[in-house]
Amino acid sequence: MSLLPPLASFGGAIEFIFTPQESNVTGGEKVGGFSQALELTVKQLEVTALALALALIVTLPLGLYLGHRGKGELLAVGLGNAGRAIPELALIALVAALIGVGLANVTPALAILGIPPILTNAFVGVRQVDRATVDAARGMGMSELEIIRRVELPMAIPTVMGGVRGAAIAIVATATIAPLAGVETLGDFILNRNVYGEDGLLAGAILVALMALAIEGGLALLQRRLTSDGLKLKTA
Amino acid sequence: MSSWAPLAAAGEVGGDFFRERDSDSLPCQARSDEVFCFNWARENLDRFGTPTVQHLEIVALAILIGFAVAFALALLAHRVRWLQPPLLAVTGVLYTVPSIAFFFLMLPVTGLGKDTAIVVLAAYTLQIIYRNTMLGLANVPASVKDAARGMGFTRRQILWRIELPLAIPEIIAGLRLASVSTIAIATLAVFISAGGLGTQMYGANLTFPTSIIIAAAIVILMALVFDGLLLFAKRLTTPWQKARLA
Repeated sequence: MSLLPPLASFGGAIEFIFTPQESNVTGGEKVGGFSQALELTVKQLEVTALALALALIVTLPLGLYLGHRGKGELLAVGLGNAGRAIPELALIALVAALIGVGLANVTPALAILGIPPILTNAFVGVRQVDRATVDAARGMGMSELEIIRRVELPMAIPTVMGGVRGAAIAIVATATIAPLAGVETLGDFILNRNVYGEDGLLAGAILVALMALAIEGGLALLQRRLTSDGLKLKTA
Repeated sequence: MSSWAPLAAAGEVGGDFFRERDSDSLPCQARSDEVFCFNWARENLDRFGTPTVQHLEIVALAILIGFAVAFALALLAHRVRWLQPPLLAVTGVLYTVPSIAFFFLMLPVTGLGKDTAIVVLAAYTLQIIYRNTMLGLANVPASVKDAARGMGFTRRQILWRIELPLAIPEIIAGLRLASVSTIAIATLAVFISAGGLGTQMYGANLTFPTSIIIAAAIVILMALVFDGLLLFAKRLTTPWQKARLA
């Protein structure tokens, strides 16, 4: 199989990202190009960030608390595992059909996909902290809240951030099909093939892939910044 | 521009999903506002048979291929240590790229259809299975390996008879994670005309909540069955874990 035709189609896709192209259905109006690509990229980042923030606000305190108390393992781990089985296509299609379209409806739906990894990893991360360390902190007069905030959370950061990264990947991936529910993300290029053509479809796929990798990379960097220096020494 | 237009080029996927169907006189399968239509469900359950089989086929092949490749890579990296960072990075990229984007990136190479779906989903599982296999191998206590060496085991015997059996819990944990996620993600294969249960969630001829709910329920059930089977396989292959608990 020759690799040339595939490479040629990628060339067309990259052109699509930077210069507007003729479309078959818009009646001469050009589609694609840098400004539209940027607009859709920003929209996808926006809905991803909102959904991730929502998932974090709802889930992180719960996961940390359950881990600290050592209670609710079935909820934290069981729900976490079961949550991974939610088919994202059904979620988005159902929200659109039953609840409604638009950012306000899609954001909570995407947040649901972020809940399982964050909940499980927050619970497991805190649970794994050496109980002797926690007892020592208690002996030094720390309140339970201080123990969570200043002992358990810092030591659990690698695991907790692992969950956040998993959530971010799931959310940004599903944000790609958000156009099915009326939020125009980069998925618009991919799914509206008759408007944007083959080049637009590939351009959308390239941009989504790059965005996911950038988010993953950014969160990996953040994780390194958040991990205390003492813990880095231990793993080195 | 309308927010959604038919995906005619991609096969049977179509766009009358959000068209207003306002007549109350229509039976509920023709309306999109009914949450669950039991009549339709009773009469149309058979139409989920073929998509379920297709879904199962895509997922089973993807996991099988993913496992074979990831396992081989793990054994290689176990022997050739310097391969570990690059392998983690490469499988990490394959894991991070959203499947829906990956499907379309593969289109110029493998075309529409289930081959593309299988390749992409197999690539997606690599990271999870590879990482868990490495973790399992790393968790084998050095003292156990020393004891085996003292008993005259060769390096190969240590790997196959000591290290790998002891790594089974982690390996199966990886397979469970990989299979549950893959079963859910495989619904997106509808966008590259690969069939599967996604066709009953999003399609031209039947896109209303009842169908989405039934298809989603089958997906979740399939994930539970895979998970249960793998858990059972772990029990069978690691009898010592039960002994320890007792």
